[in-house]
Amino acid sequence: MHKALEITGLEKTYKGGFQALKGIDLTVQQGDFFALLGPNGAGKSTTIGVITSLVNKTQGEVKVFGHDIDKELETAKSFLGLVPQEFNFNQFESLMKILVNQAGYYGVERSIAIQRAEKYLKQLELWDKRDDAARMLSGGMKRRLMIARALMHEPQVLILDEPTAGVDIELRRSMWEFLRELNSQGITIILTTHYLEEAEMLCRNIAIIDSGVIVENTDMKSLLAKLDVETIVLDLKEGSAEPKFEEFCYRVIDDHTVEVDVKKSQRINDVFAQLTEQSIDVLSMRNKSNRLEELFISLVGSGANSEKANKSAGGQ
Amino acid sequence: MSSARNMIALKSILHKEVHRFMRIWVQTLVPPAITISLYFVIFGSLIGSRIGDMGGFDYMSFIVPGLIMMSVITNSYSNVASSFFSAKWQRNVEEMLVAPVPNWVIVAGYVGGGMARGILVGCIVTFIALFFTDIQVHNIWIIIITVSLTSATFALGGLINAIFAGSFDDISIIPTFILTPLTYLGGVFYSISLLPEFWQGVSQINPIVYMVNAFRYGFLGISDVSLTLSFSVLGAFIVTLYVIAMTLITKGIGLRS
Repeated sequence: MHKALEITGLEKTYKGGFQALKGIDLTVQQGDFFALLGPNGAGKSTTIGVITSLVNKTQGEVKVFGHDIDKELETAKSFLGLVPQEFNFNQFESLMKILVNQAGYYGVERSIAIQRAEKYLKQLELWDKRDDAARMLSGGMKRRLMIARALMHEPQVLILDEPTAGVDIELRRSMWEFLRELNSQGITIILTTHYLEEAEMLCRNIAIIDSGVIVENTDMKSLLAKLDVETIVLDLKEGSAEPKFEEFCYRVIDDHTVEVDVKKSQRINDVFAQLTEQSIDVLSMRNKSNRLEELFISLVGSGANSEKANKSAGGQ
Repeated sequence: MSSARNMIALKSILHKEVHRFMRIWVQTLVPPAITISLYFVIFGSLIGSRIGDMGGFDYMSFIVPGLIMMSVITNSYSNVASSFFSAKWQRNVEEMLVAPVPNWVIVAGYVGGGMARGILVGCIVTFIALFFTDIQVHNIWIIIITVSLTSATFALGGLINAIFAGSFDDISIIPTFILTPLTYLGGVFYSISLLPEFWQGVSQINPIVYMVNAFRYGFLGISDVSLTLSFSVLGAFIVTLYVIAMTLITKGIGLRS
């Protein structure tokens, strides 16, 4: 298995002195579905910017399939496909022209580029819009256009910077399916997202970055195993007596909702057993938050402060 | 990338650039045609008929090469300045920056696009001039070489302007405050030999004087300055501006954080 991406001691200090990255080490294996998570301003987009050469690094080493971006930048770039966070295509060009031109920048012959554009526009349900100017597309369509554009040279590594931001749930799920399909074909995918459910569902490995430092870098299973407490929300039948629990922390939210913290060492069965003893019926049960979300919040507890610091320094 | 792939990338940028100015031809090709037609009518026909000869030719014949060159200069410059700045502003310049396109290909693509528009507008203006005067050709090769080098020079200038520009206002400052005065004082409407000696000397530091005179030589066989000097000045400008443009793009000035 090759290392698709290898980052060593990566630092970035912007003009004005703001240090966005403080020595990041990160390895992504070929074929991985990798999540890079962090609060706003943590350094995710800066990291992606350095990898794709849109941001000049201050120090450190970045290798793509063993090719150092300082020594073999063009070779390294040829492996990468980027779906950036912001829309960055010519709003006045047609979809077909955007895609064919992009393939041309990677040296793909025009005739091949036209075939690939058709393939990806059809797969991403944009074929009917192929001759429309990009500015006429909805937000979700624009995101799909950027995915199609990133695939035009058939990259080995696809980097997606918050690809589903502002996309409705139905479309988001169809994009997840599409990304899974790409990954199953052997494309390494690196994803940043604010939807932690998305990372948990899609990614096998994860790194959490906060204030320019990697605070966690492991596989998803190991990370979730660290979760010590899960909070479940129980909807009780109207008119039930106020529930009381022994050995569980709980909060009564209103006369028919209660939150119960269940530790790893405890059993949910015991919660129900105690409710049954009190003759309280449970109508439904759900997790208060995504499991990864709970871990994320515990790991980047100081994220709000770092975000403020980043904003005052001009962000990324 | 291999040279074949570089050529495909270059063709893609050129195709994009030419398609851009052709798509908005009402904004890019029609205005210079109208402007230069007005110059022909006002300076050539109405005022020119009262001026008489200039450099041994009637005034209309004398100003035609300068007016063609003026439109080539303006359009080569503004095409690259507005296109590249627009790509920066919309951030679609990142499409090229993330791709394995060598910097020289980016420069050559944009400069080629600027040259294409400058030369196309030059051809349109030449065609319009045929309605006002007979155009004679003294040396077609001098015409072709001069117009190519001049359009390349100003396309490079437009690229550098766009790299530094932070707003759309910034790409109009150089044309308004530098390019237009230099063009009007560059011997388009007069022979610099008519100027007092001091102003003749001052004119010789204006690079447009050399471009206009070399171009005029191609049509009429007359020039206020030597051809060798004109081509040397053009060559020096192209090399200098190319090195500056390459350095700026390589360092990512205005393009990379």
